[in-house]
Amino acid sequence: MLQIRDLRVQFETRNGPVDAVRGINLDLARGETLGIVGESGSGKSVTAFSVLRILDEGGKIIAGDLTYGGINLTAADENALNDIRGREISMVFQNPRAALNPIRKIGQQIEDVLRQHSLATRQDARRKAITALEEVQIKDAAARYHAYPFELSGGMCQRIVIALALACQPQLLIADEPTTGLDVTTQKTVMDLIQNLAKDRGMSVLLITHDLGLAGQYCNRLLVMKDGEVVESGPPAKLTKEATHAYTKKLVAATPHKGKALHNLILGGAAVPVPDQGEVLLSVRNVTKTYAGKSGPVEALRGISFNVRKGGCLGLVGESGSGKSTLSSIIARLQDATTGEIEFEGRNLNDTPAARFASDPRRSEIQMVFQDATESLNPRHTAAQSIMEPMRHLTKTIPRDRSARVHELAAQVGLPAALLSRLPHQLSGGQKARVGIARALAVNPKLLILDEPTAALDVSIQALVLNLLADLRHRLNLTYVFVSHDLAVVQMLCDTALVMRSGECVEYGPTDAVLSSPKSPYTQELIAAIPQPRP
Amino acid sequence: MSPRTKMIGARLLQAIPVVIGVVVITFVLTRALPGDPAVYFAGDAADVASIQQVRETLGLDKPLPQQFLRYVGDLVRGDWGNSLSTGQPVLADISRRLPASLELTLIALILSCAIAIPLGVMAATKPGSWRDHVCRVFVTAGVSLPTFFTGILLIYIFYYLLDIAPSPLGRLNFMFIEPDRITGFYLIDSALAGDWETFGAAAKQLVLPACTMAIFTLAPIARMTRAAMLQALSSDFIRTARAAGLGRRKILMGCALRNALLPVVTTLGMVFSFALGANVLVEKVFAWPGIGSYAVDALVASDYAAVQGFVLAMALLFVALNLIIDLTYAIIDPRIGFDGA
Amino acid sequence: MSTSPSQSFAAHVGYVLRQNPVTLITFSLLAGLIFCAVLGPLLAPYDPLASSDTILQPPSGAHWFGTDHLGRDVFSRVIVATRLDMTISIGAVALSFVAGSILGCVAGYWGGWFDAIISRGLDMIMAFPLFVLAMGIVAALGNTVENVIYATAVINTPFYARVVRAEVNIRRDAGFVQAAKLAGNSDLRVVAMHIFPNALPPMMVQVSLNMGWAVLNAAGLSFIGLGVRPPTPEWGIMVAEGANYIISGEWWLALFPGLSLMLAVFTFNLLGDGLRDIVDPKQRR
Repeated sequence: MLQIRDLRVQFETRNGPVDAVRGINLDLARGETLGIVGESGSGKSVTAFSVLRILDEGGKIIAGDLTYGGINLTAADENALNDIRGREISMVFQNPRAALNPIRKIGQQIEDVLRQHSLATRQDARRKAITALEEVQIKDAAARYHAYPFELSGGMCQRIVIALALACQPQLLIADEPTTGLDVTTQKTVMDLIQNLAKDRGMSVLLITHDLGLAGQYCNRLLVMKDGEVVESGPPAKLTKEATHAYTKKLVAATPHKGKALHNLILGGAAVPVPDQGEVLLSVRNVTKTYAGKSGPVEALRGISFNVRKGGCLGLVGESGSGKSTLSSIIARLQDATTGEIEFEGRNLNDTPAARFASDPRRSEIQMVFQDATESLNPRHTAAQSIMEPMRHLTKTIPRDRSARVHELAAQVGLPAALLSRLPHQLSGGQKARVGIARALAVNPKLLILDEPTAALDVSIQALVLNLLADLRHRLNLTYVFVSHDLAVVQMLCDTALVMRSGECVEYGPTDAVLSSPKSPYTQELIAAIPQPRP
Repeated sequence: MSPRTKMIGARLLQAIPVVIGVVVITFVLTRALPGDPAVYFAGDAADVASIQQVRETLGLDKPLPQQFLRYVGDLVRGDWGNSLSTGQPVLADISRRLPASLELTLIALILSCAIAIPLGVMAATKPGSWRDHVCRVFVTAGVSLPTFFTGILLIYIFYYLLDIAPSPLGRLNFMFIEPDRITGFYLIDSALAGDWETFGAAAKQLVLPACTMAIFTLAPIARMTRAAMLQALSSDFIRTARAAGLGRRKILMGCALRNALLPVVTTLGMVFSFALGANVLVEKVFAWPGIGSYAVDALVASDYAAVQGFVLAMALLFVALNLIIDLTYAIIDPRIGFDGA
Repeated sequence: MSTSPSQSFAAHVGYVLRQNPVTLITFSLLAGLIFCAVLGPLLAPYDPLASSDTILQPPSGAHWFGTDHLGRDVFSRVIVATRLDMTISIGAVALSFVAGSILGCVAGYWGGWFDAIISRGLDMIMAFPLFVLAMGIVAALGNTVENVIYATAVINTPFYARVVRAEVNIRRDAGFVQAAKLAGNSDLRVVAMHIFPNALPPMMVQVSLNMGWAVLNAAGLSFIGLGVRPPTPEWGIMVAEGANYIISGEWWLALFPGLSLMLAVFTFNLLGDGLRDIVDPKQRR
């Protein structure tokens, strides 16, 4: 149905032309779900955009053939393409709320597509739009017609984008990272929806994703891409067990799933001994946090209690809005709790308010590693300057000693010394993560709080960073509080898990127990949402 | 009450402290005069006795808070003092001359938008091209010229050299009689009366001064349109529209432009601020009988009450205009009034 | 080991200038303006204040820009006026930059009551059409050059304050800001040393626009008789004097000062992008 032969796509950048796709071949049959899996820079999204010829400015197809049902897409003119787009081939994107026109009612947006392809007249467009909404299982479709995107949740917006895409009954749906940015439970609902709709309509699906596990669960066949080329293809079961190409093996190894050991994320990785757990380092009792919102007080935390022992690692698991980030910033003393007690090494941590904690002598003992996506490094500071910053204020060292220490830290986290004079925008995601870790370690903390440190990283880089964290814990006698939405990752690194929802603790206990026999239905839902490969 | 209505109400309430602040500032400005305020209000020709009389009439010998209360009371009653040069109450002078300024400013802004917005859209569809650069240079040149200089230059070229434009002596050639005053806007009044000759004459007089002001206000509007369009065009929802097969034109005009106009509407507030200031200078150059030239004459004649009235009137006008713009924005943009907006 | 960025500041400036020809041109023009401002009186062929009998002469070899109604050499007056106009605009912008930055940082970082009061105060200033307020202030405080500078500074402050407030607000919860607090920086240091420097690139554009406005403001005020008084050479006054003669065809009195005004403002307006590129760390290679 869709055939791609020797596709080559080039982009014009500041540094000259860049080859994003270097000759790939692809065959998609009717009714088949094909997954293209790759990390950032692999060219998978560019391939998808090329099919519909909606590349950004500066991108050009320089060679190759794209054929759909006999029609040559590379040679087609704009009118022919507009005819095909939306009616024969449709696309669904990531960031669903941003994908919708913010100032137009969603029902009207669907109508626009229907009327563009002459599948509805002014009179029956509304009825057909409501039908389209019902087909993606939106309850109360007639009322929802009048909603604006900002009023709806991420998952709901993605359903609407799907409704928009499927309104004209296309034969091929291209889904470009449709679940990125959505909560784990919502991801499952959206993917199940796509799968069911595809089956009902005999539609082909081209799924672009970085998540090998997700692709494995929902696709008949997979293509693995790296640096603009297809390195291997085949059914998911075969790729997982009998991959031939080195990169595929690396990718399969790095993909976390239930029951995997941390060191197995890296090919040939050696197990790091888990330290024995000592006495209680951090004790949190009944912490609550309420702040004033626009429409009344908001209870971000409603009484959380837990203990972390020296050498241990606590995983704080929750989706967005669960309060895990608020909790972690309270423990790090960037914010004050409303009520509750926090004890660190037996002493009350709350006696100095957050506003003055910067000058408390205990400041250096609790440090934090942030998610890269939130601009965790000062754009004006080099890597070396960022790492040195805590040393300048929290230790009494002279510049020469600090320089030496920066080099030492860089070696410890596996950051090449040559990168120390670079600015953040000149570093890759993995390199920035290492700088963040080095910075947190600079003042020899006892407790390290890691707030989704690998969430924005490629899977293979995540594997390296997680192993690095395990290694550092062992060598430097650290204790971790690891915040994540990803249960599979938490299972690999953490000995205790605390599952949060809407500010409350719904489950707390050793990780293995929580994952193998969860008591709360919410935890069960989270576990069920972890992609399982097809048998 | 829906959140939108609540938000609109809140915006209206917000205007109140601003108005109070404006009144306080104008009060301070006139009492902060170096030397004896009474002398300024009495005028150059006054002798000691009349200065004393003025002092007592205006209550300038009373303590400041009392003066302020009296000032506010007078304002509310419509007593904005008397102008020394015209001898009329200042409020009456200002209301008589205001329509002239408004007509000029509004026509200039309409002209400016009509040119700048399409220019901005065009520049945004081909960023980085020579067309884009030329537009940018052209528009920047326009805003770099002082309005009084542009006005003079236009008069020189079109009146003196080419003899196309009428002589720059006000709103209407002396051969015509001004139309019956309904709104004070000559164009509207003459159209309502069916007097098309006067309409034509008034329009002709408007051309040069309106162009002068329009040249000055082109740049911020064109710049903002361009920036907003670029932002809108690179948004994800445009990509969705393209993938759904919507035509190029429909995407540009329908989706992108509508979204881009929102920030342009807020820029208009700033542009109004410029325009009301540029008004003063343009009216002087073209001998336009609006409140700008009134103020300049008053300054030169040290006619203090008139200057004070002018500053206050302009500020209140500006507050009202900003309120209208904010409310228009709130009505157009459905996101306003919700959390995160 | 070098802890400074891979490319030195001077090399980065050179790169920015080379990359965009417009930037190079505007910086050269700026250099020219500063040159005239600093060396003004030395460059003028005639005494700008000296009147003579050769009145209203069109441009010629002896008088490049002609003479005015008092026989003074227009070219000399235009060159010497550069210093005054530049002083006014740079002085006003410097004052408003500092004041606006401080107010914006306080309002954006600490929020709450500070933000409410500062924002209302700024709203009150912005409630006046800018030029009108400048007129009012200069008229009230007195007709001197210092007052023109203060008035221009006052009316420009809200623009900076707003930009800074917005930029500080965006970054307040960024990872690197929290990291700076974890590193032991007090709130004051966090705002001043970490957040504010990152707000500089968008402010540079504002700075350049304001320099242009400041010059136009000063010229406009002198045009209507406030601020600078004759016989001091200043571009605005010269255009005002020349306006009377343009109707009778003596165009050179008004044209040359007007063009100088335009050139200066134009340069400042286009400067913004170049300045921003120099200050923006993401442009470094």
